[in-house]
Amino acid sequence: MPLTELAALFAYFLMLSFIAVGGAPSILPEIHRYVVEVNGWITSSDFARLYTLAQVAPGPNVMYLPLLGWDIAGWPGALALTFAFIAPSLTLTMWVARLYARHPTGTAVLAVRRGLTPITIGLTCASGWVLMHGAAEDWRGYALTAFTVVFVTRTSFNPLWILVAGAGAGLFGLV
Amino acid sequence: MPADAPECGQPQVGPADLFRAFAVLTLHSFGGALFWSRRMLIEQRGWLTEQEFVEVLALAQLLPGANGTNLAAVVGYRFAGVRGALAAMAGFMGPPLLVIGAIGAVYYLYADLAFVQHALKGMAAVAVGLVIATGIKIARVLGARWFPWTITVLTFAGVGLMRWPLLIVLAVLAPIAIVAAWKGHH
Repeated sequence: MPLTELAALFAYFLMLSFIAVGGAPSILPEIHRYVVEVNGWITSSDFARLYTLAQVAPGPNVMYLPLLGWDIAGWPGALALTFAFIAPSLTLTMWVARLYARHPTGTAVLAVRRGLTPITIGLTCASGWVLMHGAAEDWRGYALTAFTVVFVTRTSFNPLWILVAGAGAGLFGLV
Repeated sequence: MPADAPECGQPQVGPADLFRAFAVLTLHSFGGALFWSRRMLIEQRGWLTEQEFVEVLALAQLLPGANGTNLAAVVGYRFAGVRGALAAMAGFMGPPLLVIGAIGAVYYLYADLAFVQHALKGMAAVAVGLVIATGIKIARVLGARWFPWTITVLTFAGVGLMRWPLLIVLAVLAPIAIVAAWKGHH
Protein backbone atom coordinates (compact mmCIF):
# COMPACT_ATOMS: atom_id res chain seq x y z
CA MET A 1 0.00 0.00 0.00
CA PRO A 2 1.36 3.45 -0.90
CA LEU A 3 2.37 5.72 1.96
CA THR A 4 -0.37 8.25 1.14
CA GLU A 5 -3.07 5.59 1.56
CA LEU A 6 -1.49 4.40 4.81
CA ALA A 7 -1.55 8.01 6.04
CA ALA A 8 -5.22 8.29 5.08
CA LEU A 9 -5.97 5.08 6.99
CA PHE A 10 -4.11 6.44 10.02
CA ALA A 11 -5.94 9.78 9.92
CA TYR A 12 -9.30 8.06 9.52
CA PHE A 13 -8.88 5.86 12.60
CA LEU A 14 -7.49 8.83 14.55
CA MET A 15 -10.82 10.54 13.84
CA LEU A 16 -12.81 7.40 14.71
CA SER A 17 -11.10 7.22 18.08
CA PHE A 18 -12.87 10.39 19.19
CA ILE A 19 -16.36 9.39 18.05
CA ALA A 20 -16.30 5.73 19.11
CA VAL A 21 -18.63 6.12 22.09
CA GLY A 22 -19.91 2.65 22.94
CA GLY A 23 -16.66 0.94 22.08
CA ALA A 24 -15.24 -0.89 19.10
CA PRO A 25 -18.44 -2.80 18.14
CA SER A 26 -20.41 0.45 17.78
CA ILE A 27 -18.25 1.72 14.90
CA LEU A 28 -18.15 -1.58 13.01
CA PRO A 29 -20.69 -0.50 10.34
CA GLU A 30 -18.78 2.75 9.73
CA ILE A 31 -15.44 0.92 9.38
CA HIS A 32 -17.06 -1.54 6.98
CA ARG A 33 -18.36 1.36 4.88
CA TYR A 34 -14.91 2.98 4.71
CA VAL A 35 -12.63 0.00 4.03
CA VAL A 36 -15.02 -2.15 1.96
CA GLU A 37 -17.46 0.15 0.20
CA VAL A 38 -15.52 3.41 -0.22
CA ASN A 39 -11.93 2.20 -0.68
CA GLY A 40 -12.30 -1.46 -1.65
CA TRP A 41 -9.23 -2.43 0.41
CA ILE A 42 -10.83 -5.68 1.55
CA THR A 43 -13.84 -7.71 0.47
CA SER A 44 -16.94 -7.89 2.61
CA SER A 45 -16.53 -11.64 3.23
CA ASP A 46 -12.87 -11.23 4.27
CA PHE A 47 -13.97 -8.44 6.62
CA ALA A 48 -16.51 -10.77 8.24
CA ARG A 49 -13.93 -13.55 8.42
CA LEU A 50 -11.45 -11.31 10.25
CA TYR A 51 -14.11 -10.29 12.74
CA THR A 52 -14.92 -13.94 13.37
CA LEU A 53 -11.26 -14.74 13.86
CA ALA A 54 -10.93 -11.98 16.47
CA GLN A 55 -13.95 -13.44 18.28
CA VAL A 56 -12.56 -16.96 18.26
CA ALA A 57 -9.34 -15.78 19.88
CA PRO A 58 -9.24 -14.67 23.52
CA GLY A 59 -8.92 -10.96 24.18
CA PRO A 60 -10.89 -7.74 23.93
CA ASN A 61 -13.33 -7.04 21.07
CA VAL A 62 -10.99 -4.40 19.70
CA MET A 63 -8.56 -7.09 18.54
CA TYR A 64 -10.23 -7.11 15.14
CA LEU A 65 -8.55 -3.77 14.41
CA PRO A 66 -4.92 -4.98 14.30
CA LEU A 67 -6.10 -7.90 12.15
CA LEU A 68 -7.84 -5.56 9.75
CA GLY A 69 -4.78 -3.30 9.51
CA TRP A 70 -2.56 -6.32 8.95
CA ASP A 71 -4.79 -7.61 6.17
CA ILE A 72 -4.88 -4.23 4.42
CA ALA A 73 -1.23 -3.19 4.75
CA GLY A 74 0.82 -5.77 6.64
CA TRP A 75 2.53 -4.97 9.94
CA PRO A 76 2.74 -1.20 9.29
CA GLY A 77 -1.03 -1.27 8.76
CA ALA A 78 -1.65 -3.24 11.96
CA LEU A 79 0.48 -0.84 14.03
CA ALA A 80 -0.84 2.34 12.42
CA LEU A 81 -4.47 1.36 12.74
CA THR A 82 -4.22 0.14 16.34
CA PHE A 83 -2.18 3.09 17.55
CA ALA A 84 -4.42 5.62 15.78
CA PHE A 85 -7.54 4.14 17.28
CA ILE A 86 -6.27 3.62 20.82
CA ALA A 87 -3.95 6.53 21.61
CA PRO A 88 -6.32 9.54 21.44
CA SER A 89 -9.21 8.04 23.39
CA LEU A 90 -6.81 6.54 25.91
CA THR A 91 -5.22 9.93 26.55
CA LEU A 92 -8.64 11.47 27.07
CA THR A 93 -9.72 8.68 29.43
CA MET A 94 -6.57 8.94 31.54
CA TRP A 95 -6.96 12.70 31.71
CA VAL A 96 -10.46 12.30 33.16
CA ALA A 97 -9.22 9.56 35.51
CA ARG A 98 -6.57 11.99 36.78
CA LEU A 99 -9.24 14.62 37.34
CA TYR A 100 -11.17 12.08 39.43
CA ALA A 101 -8.08 11.15 41.43
CA ARG A 102 -7.22 14.78 42.20
CA HIS A 103 -10.66 15.62 43.53
CA PRO A 104 -11.97 12.32 44.89
CA THR A 105 -14.55 14.00 47.12
CA GLY A 106 -15.25 17.15 45.10
CA THR A 107 -18.99 17.72 44.73
CA ALA A 108 -18.91 17.96 40.93
CA VAL A 109 -16.74 14.86 40.46
CA LEU A 110 -18.89 12.94 42.91
CA ALA A 111 -22.08 13.99 41.11
CA VAL A 112 -20.68 12.82 37.76
CA ARG A 113 -19.44 9.52 39.20
CA ARG A 114 -22.71 8.78 40.98
CA GLY A 115 -24.90 10.13 38.20
CA LEU A 116 -23.35 7.98 35.49
CA THR A 117 -23.58 4.75 37.51
CA PRO A 118 -27.22 3.88 36.58
CA ILE A 119 -26.56 4.78 32.93
CA THR A 120 -23.64 2.36 32.69
CA ILE A 121 -25.71 -0.42 34.24
CA GLY A 122 -28.53 0.22 31.76
CA LEU A 123 -26.06 0.24 28.86
CA THR A 124 -24.51 -3.07 29.91
CA CYS A 125 -27.93 -4.71 30.06
CA ALA A 126 -28.87 -3.15 26.70
CA SER A 127 -25.77 -4.50 24.96
CA GLY A 128 -26.54 -7.96 26.36
CA TRP A 129 -30.10 -7.63 25.03
CA VAL A 130 -29.03 -6.50 21.55
CA LEU A 131 -26.29 -9.13 21.23
CA MET A 132 -28.64 -11.87 22.37
CA HIS A 133 -30.82 -11.49 19.28
CA GLY A 134 -27.78 -11.67 17.02
CA ALA A 135 -26.34 -14.74 18.75
CA ALA A 136 -29.42 -16.97 18.88
CA GLU A 137 -31.07 -18.55 15.86
CA ASP A 138 -33.92 -20.26 17.68
CA TRP A 139 -35.07 -21.10 21.21
CA ARG A 140 -32.02 -23.30 21.85
CA GLY A 141 -29.65 -20.35 21.57
CA TYR A 142 -31.79 -18.33 23.99
CA ALA A 143 -31.90 -21.33 26.34
CA LEU A 144 -28.09 -21.55 26.35
CA THR A 145 -27.85 -17.83 27.09
CA ALA A 146 -30.38 -18.14 29.93
CA PHE A 147 -28.57 -21.16 31.32
CA THR A 148 -25.30 -19.18 31.29
CA VAL A 149 -26.88 -16.32 33.25
CA VAL A 150 -28.17 -18.69 35.93
CA PHE A 151 -24.89 -20.64 35.98
CA VAL A 152 -22.65 -17.64 36.63
CA THR A 153 -24.99 -15.76 38.99
CA ARG A 154 -25.94 -18.81 41.12
CA THR A 155 -22.83 -21.02 41.17
CA SER A 156 -19.14 -20.46 41.76
CA PHE A 157 -17.80 -22.84 39.10
CA ASN A 158 -15.22 -21.38 36.75
CA PRO A 159 -17.23 -19.85 33.87
CA LEU A 160 -14.63 -21.08 31.39
CA TRP A 161 -16.36 -24.46 31.62
CA ILE A 162 -19.56 -23.10 30.24
CA LEU A 163 -17.69 -21.48 27.34
CA VAL A 164 -16.19 -24.89 26.56
CA ALA A 165 -19.66 -26.43 26.85
CA GLY A 166 -21.02 -23.74 24.52
CA ALA A 167 -18.35 -24.48 21.91
CA GLY A 168 -19.17 -28.18 22.22
CA ALA A 169 -22.91 -27.56 21.88
CA GLY A 170 -22.21 -25.56 18.72
CA LEU A 171 -19.94 -28.25 17.29
CA PHE A 172 -22.57 -30.96 17.75
CA GLY A 173 -25.27 -28.78 16.23
CA LEU A 174 -27.22 -28.39 19.48
CA VAL A 175 -27.61 -24.60 19.15
CA MET B 1 -19.24 4.67 51.80
CA PRO B 2 -16.02 3.07 50.65
CA ALA B 3 -15.92 4.89 47.30
CA ASP B 4 -15.88 8.25 49.10
CA ALA B 5 -13.00 7.36 51.40
CA PRO B 6 -9.56 8.81 50.66
CA GLU B 7 -7.42 6.62 48.41
CA CYS B 8 -5.09 5.62 51.28
CA GLY B 9 -7.23 2.58 52.07
CA GLN B 10 -6.76 0.97 48.66
CA PRO B 11 -4.64 -2.14 48.10
CA GLN B 12 -0.98 -1.85 47.11
CA VAL B 13 -0.73 -2.90 43.45
CA GLY B 14 2.38 -2.37 41.32
CA PRO B 15 2.93 -2.34 37.55
CA ALA B 16 4.11 -6.00 37.55
CA ASP B 17 0.91 -7.09 39.36
CA LEU B 18 -1.16 -5.14 36.84
CA PHE B 19 0.63 -6.67 33.86
CA ARG B 20 0.16 -10.21 35.19
CA ALA B 21 -3.46 -9.71 36.21
CA PHE B 22 -4.51 -8.23 32.88
CA ALA B 23 -2.57 -10.83 30.90
CA VAL B 24 -4.42 -13.62 32.72
CA LEU B 25 -7.79 -11.93 32.36
CA THR B 26 -7.41 -11.17 28.66
CA LEU B 27 -6.59 -14.81 27.90
CA HIS B 28 -9.91 -15.77 29.53
CA SER B 29 -11.83 -13.19 27.53
CA PHE B 30 -13.87 -14.94 24.87
CA GLY B 31 -16.63 -12.74 23.55
CA GLY B 32 -15.49 -9.60 25.35
CA ALA B 33 -13.53 -8.73 28.47
CA LEU B 34 -16.23 -7.12 30.62
CA PHE B 35 -17.35 -10.20 32.55
CA TRP B 36 -13.79 -11.33 33.23
CA SER B 37 -12.65 -7.85 34.27
CA ARG B 38 -15.33 -7.64 36.92
CA ARG B 39 -14.60 -11.17 38.15
CA MET B 40 -10.87 -10.52 38.41
CA LEU B 41 -11.00 -7.01 39.93
CA ILE B 42 -13.75 -7.64 42.49
CA GLU B 43 -14.16 -11.34 43.19
CA GLN B 44 -10.65 -12.71 42.73
CA ARG B 45 -8.22 -9.91 43.66
CA GLY B 46 -10.42 -7.61 45.69
CA TRP B 47 -8.78 -4.54 44.14
CA LEU B 48 -12.08 -2.68 43.69
CA THR B 49 -15.46 -2.64 45.41
CA GLU B 50 -18.58 -3.14 43.28
CA GLN B 51 -19.33 0.61 43.43
CA GLU B 52 -15.75 1.53 42.42
CA PHE B 53 -15.91 -0.94 39.53
CA VAL B 54 -19.12 0.55 38.18
CA GLU B 55 -17.61 4.05 38.35
CA VAL B 56 -14.49 2.93 36.48
CA LEU B 57 -16.68 1.12 33.96
CA ALA B 58 -18.74 4.27 33.40
CA LEU B 59 -15.55 6.11 32.42
CA ALA B 60 -14.48 3.28 30.12
CA GLN B 61 -17.91 2.93 28.45
CA LEU B 62 -19.02 6.52 28.14
CA LEU B 63 -15.79 8.06 26.90
CA PRO B 64 -14.86 7.26 23.30
CA GLY B 65 -12.56 4.37 22.45
CA ALA B 66 -12.41 0.64 23.12
CA ASN B 67 -14.10 -0.13 26.46
CA GLY B 68 -11.66 -2.85 27.46
CA THR B 69 -8.48 -0.89 26.85
CA ASN B 70 -9.97 2.19 28.52
CA LEU B 71 -10.81 0.07 31.56
CA ALA B 72 -7.31 -1.42 31.74
CA ALA B 73 -5.76 2.04 31.50
CA VAL B 74 -7.97 3.59 34.18
CA VAL B 75 -7.41 0.70 36.61
CA GLY B 76 -3.66 0.74 35.94
CA TYR B 77 -3.50 4.49 36.40
CA ARG B 78 -5.51 4.36 39.61
CA PHE B 79 -3.00 2.04 41.31
CA ALA B 80 0.36 2.93 39.76
CA GLY B 81 0.09 6.07 37.64
CA VAL B 82 1.12 6.23 34.00
CA ARG B 83 3.50 3.26 34.43
CA GLY B 84 0.63 1.24 35.82
CA ALA B 85 -1.61 2.19 32.91
CA LEU B 86 1.04 1.18 30.37
CA ALA B 87 1.71 -2.10 32.20
CA ALA B 88 -2.00 -2.96 32.32
CA MET B 89 -2.36 -2.09 28.62
CA ALA B 90 0.64 -4.21 27.64
CA GLY B 91 -0.73 -7.17 29.61
CA PHE B 92 -4.16 -6.67 28.09
CA MET B 93 -3.18 -6.29 24.42
CA GLY B 94 0.06 -8.27 24.11
CA PRO B 95 -0.99 -11.89 24.74
CA PRO B 96 -4.08 -11.75 22.45
CA LEU B 97 -1.92 -10.36 19.64
CA LEU B 98 0.46 -13.30 19.99
CA VAL B 99 -2.43 -15.79 20.07
CA ILE B 100 -4.08 -14.21 17.04
CA GLY B 101 -0.76 -14.19 15.23
CA ALA B 102 -0.45 -17.91 15.94
CA ILE B 103 -3.98 -19.01 15.07
CA GLY B 104 -4.36 -16.43 12.30
CA ALA B 105 -2.19 -18.39 9.89
CA VAL B 106 -3.96 -21.64 10.74
CA TYR B 107 -7.36 -20.07 10.30
CA TYR B 108 -6.49 -18.75 6.87
CA LEU B 109 -5.43 -22.25 5.80
CA TYR B 110 -8.63 -23.86 7.03
CA ALA B 111 -10.95 -20.87 6.72
CA ASP B 112 -13.74 -22.81 5.01
CA LEU B 113 -14.00 -25.47 7.67
CA ALA B 114 -17.47 -25.13 9.09
CA PHE B 115 -16.63 -26.43 12.56
CA VAL B 116 -15.10 -23.12 13.63
CA GLN B 117 -18.32 -21.34 12.74
CA HIS B 118 -20.37 -23.93 14.62
CA ALA B 119 -18.26 -23.73 17.77
CA LEU B 120 -18.39 -19.96 17.57
CA LYS B 121 -22.18 -19.97 17.47
CA GLY B 122 -22.36 -21.82 20.77
CA MET B 123 -19.69 -19.63 22.35
CA ALA B 124 -21.50 -16.47 21.23
CA ALA B 125 -24.69 -17.54 23.04
CA VAL B 126 -22.62 -18.12 26.21
CA ALA B 127 -20.71 -14.83 25.82
CA VAL B 128 -24.01 -12.93 25.66
CA GLY B 129 -25.09 -14.66 28.87
CA LEU B 130 -21.87 -13.45 30.53
CA VAL B 131 -22.65 -9.84 29.56
CA ILE B 132 -26.20 -10.10 30.91
CA ALA B 133 -24.97 -11.71 34.15
CA THR B 134 -22.51 -8.83 34.59
CA GLY B 135 -25.37 -6.35 34.14
CA ILE B 136 -27.38 -8.15 36.82
CA LYS B 137 -24.45 -8.26 39.23
CA ILE B 138 -23.48 -4.60 38.94
CA ALA B 139 -27.14 -3.54 39.24
CA ARG B 140 -26.86 -4.43 42.93
CA VAL B 141 -25.13 -1.11 43.62
CA LEU B 142 -28.38 0.68 42.76
CA GLY B 143 -29.90 -0.51 46.04
CA ALA B 144 -33.56 0.28 46.67
CA ARG B 145 -33.61 3.87 45.43
CA TRP B 146 -36.20 4.50 42.73
CA PHE B 147 -34.49 7.34 40.84
CA PRO B 148 -31.30 5.50 39.74
CA TRP B 149 -33.44 2.52 38.76
CA THR B 150 -35.57 4.79 36.57
CA ILE B 151 -32.44 6.05 34.80
CA THR B 152 -31.20 2.47 34.32
CA VAL B 153 -34.52 1.33 32.86
CA LEU B 154 -34.75 4.37 30.56
CA THR B 155 -31.19 3.77 29.28
CA PHE B 156 -31.97 0.12 28.66
CA ALA B 157 -35.25 0.95 26.90
CA GLY B 158 -33.73 3.69 24.73
CA VAL B 159 -30.58 1.86 23.61
CA GLY B 160 -31.73 -1.76 23.87
CA LEU B 161 -35.43 -1.83 23.00
CA MET B 162 -35.84 1.29 20.84
CA ARG B 163 -32.31 1.12 19.32
CA TRP B 164 -32.00 4.90 19.48
CA PRO B 165 -28.47 6.26 18.84
CA LEU B 166 -26.35 6.02 21.98
CA LEU B 167 -25.19 9.63 21.77
CA ILE B 168 -28.75 10.98 21.77
CA VAL B 169 -29.79 8.83 24.74
CA LEU B 170 -26.68 9.97 26.64
CA ALA B 171 -27.22 13.63 25.75
CA VAL B 172 -30.70 13.48 27.30
CA LEU B 173 -30.17 11.19 30.31
CA ALA B 174 -26.63 12.02 31.49
CA PRO B 175 -27.35 15.68 32.43
CA ILE B 176 -30.55 14.67 34.27
CA ALA B 177 -28.76 11.91 36.18
CA ILE B 178 -25.78 14.11 37.09
CA VAL B 179 -27.92 17.04 38.26
CA ALA B 180 -30.03 14.67 40.35
CA ALA B 181 -26.89 13.19 41.95
CA TRP B 182 -25.64 16.74 42.61
CA LYS B 183 -28.92 17.77 44.30
CA GLY B 184 -28.89 14.59 46.32
CA HIS B 185 -25.66 15.68 48.03
CA HIS B 186 -26.92 19.11 49.03
